[in-house]
Amino acid sequence: MATAIEYFKLLPKTNCKDCGQPTCLAFAMLLANQKAKIEDCPHVSKESKAVLSESAAPLMRTVSVGTGGSAVEMGGETVIYRHERRFVNQTAYALTVCDDLEGKALEDRVNTVSALSFERVGMIFAADMISIKNVSGDPSRFAETAKAVSALWKKPFILETDDVSAMEKALEAVGKLRPMIYGAGPGNLDRMAALAKKHGCTLGIKADGPESAADLSVKAKAAGAEDLVLDLGCPNLKRCLEDQTVARRAAVKKKFKPLGYPLMNRVGCGEYAVAIAAVSTMKYGSLVIFDDLKNYEALPLMTLRQNIYTDPQVPIQVKQALYPIGNPGEHSPVMFTTNFSLTYFTVRADIEKSRIPVWLQIVNTEGLSVLTAYAAGKFEPEKVAEAFEESGVLSKTNGPVVVPGLVARMSGKLEEAIGRKVIVGTNESKHIPKHLKEITSQ
Amino acid sequence: MAEIPSVKEKYTGKIEEIVFGNCVAGGADGMPFLSFENTLKRRPMIAGEVVDDLTDYPEIAAEMFDGRQKDPVEWANMWKEIGADMICMRFPGAAPDKKGTTPDAAVSIVKSIAEKTGLPIMVTGCGIPDIDNKLAEAVGGAMKGTKIILGKTEEHEYKKISAVCVSNGHAVLAFSNLDINLAKQMNILLTDFGVGRDGITMDPLMAALGMGLDYSYSVNERIRLAALSGDRMLQVPMVCDCTGAWDVGDAVSTDDPSLGDAKHRVAWWEAMTALAAMLSGADILVMRGPGAADMARVYAEELTGVS
Repeated sequence: MATAIEYFKLLPKTNCKDCGQPTCLAFAMLLANQKAKIEDCPHVSKESKAVLSESAAPLMRTVSVGTGGSAVEMGGETVIYRHERRFVNQTAYALTVCDDLEGKALEDRVNTVSALSFERVGMIFAADMISIKNVSGDPSRFAETAKAVSALWKKPFILETDDVSAMEKALEAVGKLRPMIYGAGPGNLDRMAALAKKHGCTLGIKADGPESAADLSVKAKAAGAEDLVLDLGCPNLKRCLEDQTVARRAAVKKKFKPLGYPLMNRVGCGEYAVAIAAVSTMKYGSLVIFDDLKNYEALPLMTLRQNIYTDPQVPIQVKQALYPIGNPGEHSPVMFTTNFSLTYFTVRADIEKSRIPVWLQIVNTEGLSVLTAYAAGKFEPEKVAEAFEESGVLSKTNGPVVVPGLVARMSGKLEEAIGRKVIVGTNESKHIPKHLKEITSQ
Repeated sequence: MAEIPSVKEKYTGKIEEIVFGNCVAGGADGMPFLSFENTLKRRPMIAGEVVDDLTDYPEIAAEMFDGRQKDPVEWANMWKEIGADMICMRFPGAAPDKKGTTPDAAVSIVKSIAEKTGLPIMVTGCGIPDIDNKLAEAVGGAMKGTKIILGKTEEHEYKKISAVCVSNGHAVLAFSNLDINLAKQMNILLTDFGVGRDGITMDPLMAALGMGLDYSYSVNERIRLAALSGDRMLQVPMVCDCTGAWDVGDAVSTDDPSLGDAKHRVAWWEAMTALAAMLSGADILVMRGPGAADMARVYAEELTGVS
């Protein structure tokens, strides 16, 4: 991406305002932040346009697998560190279904993969794809399994075989669904690339390190396959971290096109596979295919992915609602705080520590923390009263209503608004257990 | 073969090395684990957590120590057997509403741990400044000659502990709340107070997985990048406390069978928090679970290429 000054140099510098901006520099700054398009300037020269479209070309290709709304996108990343700009397309996780399964066994396996699903902070975590693996060595069998899976699994899938004839047969059966083709190596690259081109599918390339990946991607592109995902063949954590860092930096910082594609890992199952997936999720992997993934591994891994791919400028928010903690009753205290996820989790954890049941009301403050929300007028006594009204919490309990210590100032107004006495709580969340013990023992 | 352009960054800064007996923390001169730009002299250290009072300590963790958690010295020794490099001795029991561990009792525990394990020790109190200051004074004085880390110091409460560290040759644990500027401010305050460069470790708050890990990960990366780019006030070893993983409901909950076995889940929760801490720049990891600590150590060894 060009900087504002680089854009500015290519503009007419007449400050004509025809683009809607007061000056060419202001327009250039919008361009650099991708908030305007170069076409908005009616006077820009053809030469400048050519230069700009060259520099605006993506550093990393975005590829997709599947069709319609369920398609999975990978790649399109623009930065090295997530504090620079949000990472774009989160790492996809695929689980394996082998083609030696059939009938009930196959159905059970697909159902097991589908069942790996959790809800966390209003988001659904689940496996994104199935990788159908050709272990039978039989092309017809592979195609039949692909067809059977496509009837059971409505999300995108991957066809995994080195055998070109098996791949061809499976693509004849399910190619319309745009599965990913994995994989092409030095021995079958031209033929696999031709299949990818013919069916409009993304091609996974099995390489051995960044150099060989760069070589193979150039060859695949020459053969007409441009939507690629590169498997650098990392055998361990160290290679995964270093090689994927090399590839990402080469693509994004050095604009090295042969590595300007999303990266992937093929792992087995168990502890070490999960560790590689975790490193890959943090450091530049766009797809990890597992043999299998247990629920106790999947939940932390998918939470990690959620954390890494969160927009650093938009905090994760929880829903405005009443959260009963520890089975509260008609005398339990009412506490409330903002919907900034970090605040919610901290307060919740500290309430749980006290082992005292509490009605916790979350108020929508658009993800701002207590003091920031109060200062911005998004955590007003009226809003709190509205949230109480909406959830009906005050009719569920006659227990004390606790105001967060940091916004003790709202106590008077809140008392007026809800017609009930309130007490002031602690400034810091970690002191909640002690305070709760005090107020409930009275 | 296609020639890949060099992606090595040229940094001007280096993280301070702090020597604890036979152990050294810090020394990074590139981003974590990248052998093409970082000398990688050593892996991050693993500090096993020991507490003097189990009141607020999760049962699911206590069960993993075979009863040895009842005696801090035994517990610390178990950490040594597991392969920890350091003991993080915490005294929540120093609070008046808990056991009420006295400074003298704390001294006796810390000295016994040092004698029995020979490992370096990090000592923190109960979070009440007056009590923690007295505890640090007693422990810091008694441990003169054996470098330990004493904490936690914060922006408005650092002078007592810092003075103890300066006069007894210990290192300060400088806490800041998820903010690169506050982290730097703490190190400036300590430096102005007279704490030497081999006497500061920084704790920028490692939020656990699912509890704001995204913030910590990026704050850590920014701290490390700024340090490597030459900001001397950030060139100190980073301590990341991963034990917060055990406070996460989703990590330890046993209510929902679809989440899978809680012991395995919480081990992963802490180990992934540790991996994120390491990849973003941690030099010392504080760990609670033996399984997670073991994973963290093995992965650190492999990523560094040094055991």
